[in-house]
Amino acid sequence: MLNVKSNRLINLLIPLISVFIGLVAGGIIMLIYGYNPIAGFSALWNGAFGDIYFIGETLRQVTPYILTGLAVAFAFRAGLFNIGAEGQVIVGWLVAVWVGLVVDAPIYIHLPLAVLAAAVVGGLYGFIPGILKAKLGVHEVIVTIMLNYIALYSANSIIRDVLTDRADKTDKISPTASLTSDWLQSFTDYSRLHYGIIIALIMALMMWYIMEKTTLGYEIKAVGFNPHASRYAGMKVQKNIMITMTISGAFAGLGGAMEGLGTFEYMSIQGDFSNLGFDGIAVALLGANKAIGVLFAALLFGALKVGALNMPTEAGVPSELVDVIIAFIIFFVASSYIIRWILTRMKKEENK
Amino acid sequence: MIDLLQAIIPPALFFSAPLIFTALGGVFSERSGVVNIGLEGLMIMGAFVSIVFNLTFADTFGSFTPWLAMIVAAIISGLFAIIHALATVSFRADHVVSGIAINFLALGLGVFLTKQWYDKGQTEAISKPFYTMNIPVLSDIPVIGSIFFQGVYITSYLAIILAFVAWYVLFKTSFGLRLRAVGEHPMAADTNGINVFRMRYIAVIISGVFGGLGGSVFALTIALDFSSSTIVGQGFMSLAAVIFGKWHPLGAMGAALFFGLAQSLSVISASIPLLQDVPQVFLLIAPYVLTIFALAGFIGRAEAPSALGDSYIKGSR
Amino acid sequence: MNDFVIEMLGIRKEFPGVVANDNITLQVKKGEIHALLGENGAGKSTLMNVLFGLYQAEKGEIKIKGKQVDISNPNIANDLGIGMVHQHFMLVEPFTVTQNIILGSEPTQVAGKIDLKKAEKEVQALSNQYGLQVDAKAKIKDISVGMQQRVEILKMLYRGADVLILDEPTAVLTPQEINELIDILQSLVKEGKSIIMITHKLKEIMKICDRCTVIRKGTGIGTVNVDETTVDELAALMVGRNVSFKTEKTTATPQEIVLEVQQLHVNDIRKVPVVKGMNFNVRKNEIVGIAGVDGNGQTELIEAIAGLRKIESGTISLNDERIDHLSPRKITEKGVAHIPQDRQKLGLVLNYSVSENAVLQTYYQKPFSRLKMLQHDNIDRFAKKIVDEYDVRTPSVHSQARSLSGGNQQKLIIGREVDRSPDLLIAGQPTRGLDVGAIEFIHNKLVEERDAGRGILLLSFELDEIFNVSDRILVVFDGEIVADVKPAETNEQELGLLMAGQFVEGRSVKREK
Repeated sequence: MLNVKSNRLINLLIPLISVFIGLVAGGIIMLIYGYNPIAGFSALWNGAFGDIYFIGETLRQVTPYILTGLAVAFAFRAGLFNIGAEGQVIVGWLVAVWVGLVVDAPIYIHLPLAVLAAAVVGGLYGFIPGILKAKLGVHEVIVTIMLNYIALYSANSIIRDVLTDRADKTDKISPTASLTSDWLQSFTDYSRLHYGIIIALIMALMMWYIMEKTTLGYEIKAVGFNPHASRYAGMKVQKNIMITMTISGAFAGLGGAMEGLGTFEYMSIQGDFSNLGFDGIAVALLGANKAIGVLFAALLFGALKVGALNMPTEAGVPSELVDVIIAFIIFFVASSYIIRWILTRMKKEENK
Repeated sequence: MIDLLQAIIPPALFFSAPLIFTALGGVFSERSGVVNIGLEGLMIMGAFVSIVFNLTFADTFGSFTPWLAMIVAAIISGLFAIIHALATVSFRADHVVSGIAINFLALGLGVFLTKQWYDKGQTEAISKPFYTMNIPVLSDIPVIGSIFFQGVYITSYLAIILAFVAWYVLFKTSFGLRLRAVGEHPMAADTNGINVFRMRYIAVIISGVFGGLGGSVFALTIALDFSSSTIVGQGFMSLAAVIFGKWHPLGAMGAALFFGLAQSLSVISASIPLLQDVPQVFLLIAPYVLTIFALAGFIGRAEAPSALGDSYIKGSR
Repeated sequence: MNDFVIEMLGIRKEFPGVVANDNITLQVKKGEIHALLGENGAGKSTLMNVLFGLYQAEKGEIKIKGKQVDISNPNIANDLGIGMVHQHFMLVEPFTVTQNIILGSEPTQVAGKIDLKKAEKEVQALSNQYGLQVDAKAKIKDISVGMQQRVEILKMLYRGADVLILDEPTAVLTPQEINELIDILQSLVKEGKSIIMITHKLKEIMKICDRCTVIRKGTGIGTVNVDETTVDELAALMVGRNVSFKTEKTTATPQEIVLEVQQLHVNDIRKVPVVKGMNFNVRKNEIVGIAGVDGNGQTELIEAIAGLRKIESGTISLNDERIDHLSPRKITEKGVAHIPQDRQKLGLVLNYSVSENAVLQTYYQKPFSRLKMLQHDNIDRFAKKIVDEYDVRTPSVHSQARSLSGGNQQKLIIGREVDRSPDLLIAGQPTRGLDVGAIEFIHNKLVEERDAGRGILLLSFELDEIFNVSDRILVVFDGEIVADVKPAETNEQELGLLMAGQFVEGRSVKREK
């Protein structure tokens, strides 16, 4: 049997190996199509961390990733799979912009109100699959997929018919609801980095605190590991499922607010998803569903996504290569069984 | 009234066809116990391959081009699906996560290669798409002929015929019995000498073939080119049809037809007096709302295969 | 020349970290019923899975009718005429009997179409030949457990099996069904089939089997002729020493009533009534044992008392206070502790540490939490106390509960439950699957707790345990309590009759019908 220490090492190695394999796969594809992988990857690196502007942009992209990553990770801990972060992002974004547009209040009321509204509505949107799962046993994966599309089409309709007069995007939100920061912008050479990163970091801390320190976290994890034993022990499993999905949805809703109040300051009609929610699944998986892991994974994915934009200009490589790399990373994190198997095999060989 | 039906039915058939193909793929995969959220990605692959084939070989094969494009798309998507089988069946990956990765991979590869080969994010429009036609003999039937068989795509009827074939295969043949057994109780199947892994690989590959057909039909009848926004949600809507149709090929076909109807209504509602005042968004979201209702048991309870989503580990209970 | 149909010689099978079988030899003669005896976890099922091709042995050889064979998958086992009925039936619930039986070797017509009519006829004929009375067209989910077992037997016969392996075949059956099964087995042997029966029930071996091979902790102990041995000898072979079946205890002096159950009706998960008007009580300083064949409402009764299952009517009172309709948490707080039957499913969160499991019901109370914040130091201190007092062998209180052995997991649960000083302690099959040392420890603990003034309700499917530990025995049959007797005033035969629903003069509770 494996001892605890080597098990921990393997748990840490799996995401690292997955990332490595993903990058190697990307390199091989570049070679096949006649690109220089070194040039490609250095373009990727420069595009993510090359100068202060790119660092600012990367952190800007990391902000919603942290929140959607937390959303998915939080639900995972209770044994729930929230594929609905995508839809929760949309409703959070929409509501934040809505409040940002129509409310007239000083900044210390307006901004918190807009942020809070996004969290609340995102939470409510997470509550729907939560209650369906808790009360009727409906699998949350399918419900959240359906809710994603409902959110997408409804938001588009509201933007077109309610918030504007058949326009493709809303007006800019009032400055009193904006997360943008002159200070952060000028510090990062006018990237779109905004105060949202602070909110994201606080939320990560909050998730860690709830999971590790509170009785609520103890219950949520117990329900995730073994709902039968949790019920036997007197915990309210259904209530925990609903609370978890609500908190998860609130995290994702906040992720939407980051875009609506920070990065863009408006919302436009979307033909397809922003993929913030789906990427959040990758972030959570790679981060082993822990708050600290989510921070690192969000940084990686933010850097990949932002750095990718530099690849066509600097190395002529289509930026979609990064999507392929991300897909490979997800495959291998998900297939951790095989990596674990190989690692234990290798260890055995060593011991012989 | 006949005019109205004539306006609604052919586009409904036209919108449903890709959903029917893909949903049938979903039925095979899920009946064998493998969740397939990657239907979207399989459709993307099918759409991409069929468009590339069509653009490349239009001059060589002439009017056969769309048919060959469909077949090639089905084959390539079937091969592509092996990745999902490998991850879920052999590597015991979470089925949902692997499906998401399939979607990412298909879109990433599709657009990457599009840029690689066409130097931009969107291909040219194809020159040899499928065309609407009047089906010989049947279209001459009074009333019914004009509603169902005039100005339709032959692919719509191919989809419907395949749904019956799928039903026959799943419920009447030994292959189908084994496939369903693997999805309900893999260990029972194993002890009866059925190779669970092989059955699941085959089922997932079949889902890839059908997803490829669905994607190619969408591309060759509706989209006519390929870009990152060619397939947006049709795969997930097909998954909804699988569930709404209670994992039954004919049920899935019915659901797909119904969803296709909703889509066609959302497009042409402005010209129909009765639907003029219904906001388009209600018709757009109807398939998704109804699927949630179906799952919640408001429209008869949908029972998934018992071992759906479980990776089979030999020798464990 | 010997007449063995099956020979397994020197079999060794390892799993990561465990040797499940080591140098085991099993030789089965044609036309005999051969018992494979051993405690839970001794390696019986592993050995049979090797024979059936589900596992491959690391060492040793297998001979069928004298010929050495390599059985690398169940198909080969089938071809060699070996069939197995697993303890958990390998049946696809939504399929029909026939579909299950032909699965994997379906008769087909053109285009792969199954010839279901022909198959149904064959299955029905086979069923009639052996007197199995199975309906070929019924769906598995609609037929009884006993019938399902016959479907499994039919499945093997359909495949032309000569050697039938039955894994704990009587565990799920009523006494009536057991007798029918014995008839079936004997008619099979008459037809020239050989049967291997995995079991740990000594009396059944004495009754049915010709020879018996014993394995203990993964190693083969030997094979005996059943005619030439006794129950006591078999038991000694199985556990490795003479077992004292008696737990030392004084006579009980029951005090006031702790638990009072009146006219209780409870439904099972399919909403079928399974507890049908039970009346009984448990007093302080008393161990009340519930005897009965599994599936007569015992599980649902316990779940109802613990608040895990809704009751239909009647009352459950603890210290004269109604506790039916209270939540599991409230019932725990009122003073009920519960050692659940399925310790890994209900009793523990296996991924949690020993510490975290030690406070599974009390984590929200002081001193384990303050202002909804866990106090990890206090929790660890408490867990250390339980670990010491109940001899839970674990490297640390931070180890995962999963890493503990079954006996240590159970001791952790018992420690946790008993430490709350409950008025009522419900013990559901507290020694299932444990080794003899752990069983003795737990029996002594139950008696100790009785003497400390608790009322104890013991549910067990092992008559020995019921006799050994209880001060009073309630026999349940078909959702009713059919007898309420003292162990000294009855014997196993009598209890057996009562458990089978027979009327016993002077023992049976009068039933108004």
